[in-house]
Amino acid sequence: MLEILYKIFIDPFVQMGGAPDLLIQTLWEGLVSGVLYALIALGFVLIFKASGVFNFAQGIMVVFAALTLVGLHAKGVPAFLALALTVVVMLVLAIGVERLMLRPLVNQPDIILFMATFGLTYFLIGLGEIIFGGEPKVMIASELYLPKGALEWKVFGGFVSFQKIDIAAAVIASVMVATLAVFFQKTRIGRALRAVADSHKAALSVGISLEQIWVVVWFAAGIVALATGIMWGARSDVSFALQILALKALPVLILGGFTSIPGAIVGGVIIGVGEKLGEFYWGPLLGSGIESWLAYAIALVFLLFRPQGLFGEKIIERI
Amino acid sequence: MFYRETGQYKTDYAADMALFPIRQDRIGIALILVVAFIVIPLTVSSFTLSAVMIPILVFALAAIGLNLLTGYTGLISLGTAGFMGVGAYACYKLTTWLPGVNIIVLILASGFAAAAVGVVFGLPSLRIKGFYLTVATLAAQFFLSWCFVRVPWLVNYNVSNAIEVPTRTLFDIPVTGPNATPVTRYLVVLGIVVAMTWIASNIVRGRIGRNWMAVRDMDIAAELIGIRLYRAKLLAFAVSSYYAGVAGALMVFLWLGAAEADSFNINQSFIILFMVIIGGLGSLIGSFFGAAFIWGLPVFLKQMPAMFGIAVASATIEHIQFMVVGALIIMFLIVEPHGLARLWQIGKQKLRMWPFPY
Repeated sequence: MLEILYKIFIDPFVQMGGAPDLLIQTLWEGLVSGVLYALIALGFVLIFKASGVFNFAQGIMVVFAALTLVGLHAKGVPAFLALALTVVVMLVLAIGVERLMLRPLVNQPDIILFMATFGLTYFLIGLGEIIFGGEPKVMIASELYLPKGALEWKVFGGFVSFQKIDIAAAVIASVMVATLAVFFQKTRIGRALRAVADSHKAALSVGISLEQIWVVVWFAAGIVALATGIMWGARSDVSFALQILALKALPVLILGGFTSIPGAIVGGVIIGVGEKLGEFYWGPLLGSGIESWLAYAIALVFLLFRPQGLFGEKIIERI
Repeated sequence: MFYRETGQYKTDYAADMALFPIRQDRIGIALILVVAFIVIPLTVSSFTLSAVMIPILVFALAAIGLNLLTGYTGLISLGTAGFMGVGAYACYKLTTWLPGVNIIVLILASGFAAAAVGVVFGLPSLRIKGFYLTVATLAAQFFLSWCFVRVPWLVNYNVSNAIEVPTRTLFDIPVTGPNATPVTRYLVVLGIVVAMTWIASNIVRGRIGRNWMAVRDMDIAAELIGIRLYRAKLLAFAVSSYYAGVAGALMVFLWLGAAEADSFNINQSFIILFMVIIGGLGSLIGSFFGAAFIWGLPVFLKQMPAMFGIAVASATIEHIQFMVVGALIIMFLIVEPHGLARLWQIGKQKLRMWPFPY
């Protein structure tokens, strides 16, 4: 019994102190995967904030965007033109979703809209497989001038390696979040978005077009999906397995709160770091593969103290 | 013309509170039961029985379980497949420990293990609400899936890491295992599903069901009129998981015959939630419609090209199937957000008024 307690509460920390370079490496990897989770969570938050739709299709949108980009390039389109065309495809998708799915379902209960995004997921899986085929593809990272290789940093008698693509991912994610924050706070459309998030009826009554707002948020979520797809695709392959990422982003989402952009980032980092630390130091104790549920366990612990997530709006209930 | 309750007087409270107060409904349900118990086993091929009828019944039972939680109590759960897995593994352990006990008793008992696990994972529902709770139930799903893979004790340390169903008999007729005929398995599943549906319909129209519906409609208001929330919610989790657990045990023992951890993955949970929503939230008959629709549609779509004599690669069919299922789900939600059960209601109402439009 004592031995088990020792293994849980003392041994991992001894290991951390014993090899600080390994600890830094683990923390860094956690940070990077956290940032990438946060990118997906960001797509969820954008749509949830503006339309109250819990968009399960964000994961498949990531895959779809990445596949479109790679597929266009494989057809001989230059890399940056393919990027621009993919953006257009995401815009068309956003308009299509608004016209064919959201508009007829306006004013339905949340769960119905949630289910509709499931239908969208299935539809996009089928469409993507028919157009691009199911086999994994390589992201056109070098054509898009994404850096390759690793930086090494000698420290504490060992060394820590930083993949350049990870650094690029962190930078792009930060730029994206900053842009979105400014967009939400300062621009006309951003203000309209926040008005819609507050109350659909009040927003309609002051002349904000719901349809237009929905297209804008789905388009923005599509752009975020494209960025996520490029980053994840550059780290591994582009395949339909990437859609499992949507499930990875959910604990990030509940940890940060559904309505908060900074929440998505902080939540992503907490989950990413916690997951990597847990897997590396406590994983051997429980058997491998614990990262499949560890993120949810971490999120649950936080939720028990703050039921609306760390940065979510306080839930006020009235009879 | 035929479906009309005019002239059927109720002279006591028992008649007024009967499960089927209208005579035509009673005749109809009796006919359905006769068809299900006698006509189908005699006429339908054994392939159809084991590939279509048994799965639909098993999924209908799981959908009823989820419907009690989601449709009646308003707690959306994505852990159904996990609870089904608990039922299946519990049943496997029970058959190992108690080889002499009747298999049906064991299947029904294994539901209690699922119920206990369900209550534990239902505890967060006391504090967390809405989509936050939905995501929290995913924790149950992933944790349980992980356990099924990583704990060899659950499968008696056998090498294949899968449940291998032993042969068990009922009145000297093999019910489970490779020797059981599809007809016996179908009849056993049907019997259990009918009995449990009948129990569920009595739960939801009694005090417990009304408590659940009050919690669903607004939990604070329910608390104010004296419903103990934690009891109602945990009971809903327990009963729902019990149904899911029995469905899981039936799925492995009477349908698949062997199962790995992968049979209880997250997709299964999603599919059952589809069945509940397409069938109709808060409707037991809707659970059957939903299960038949979601399970039957791919089977039907697979036959389609052959019917029209078009040769298409099977991979393409599968992809088109995904698209069609996705599009149909969206279409159904747009046309009738209350599900197939509402269409059934509308049909019955039209029949009552016929030949007049209203």
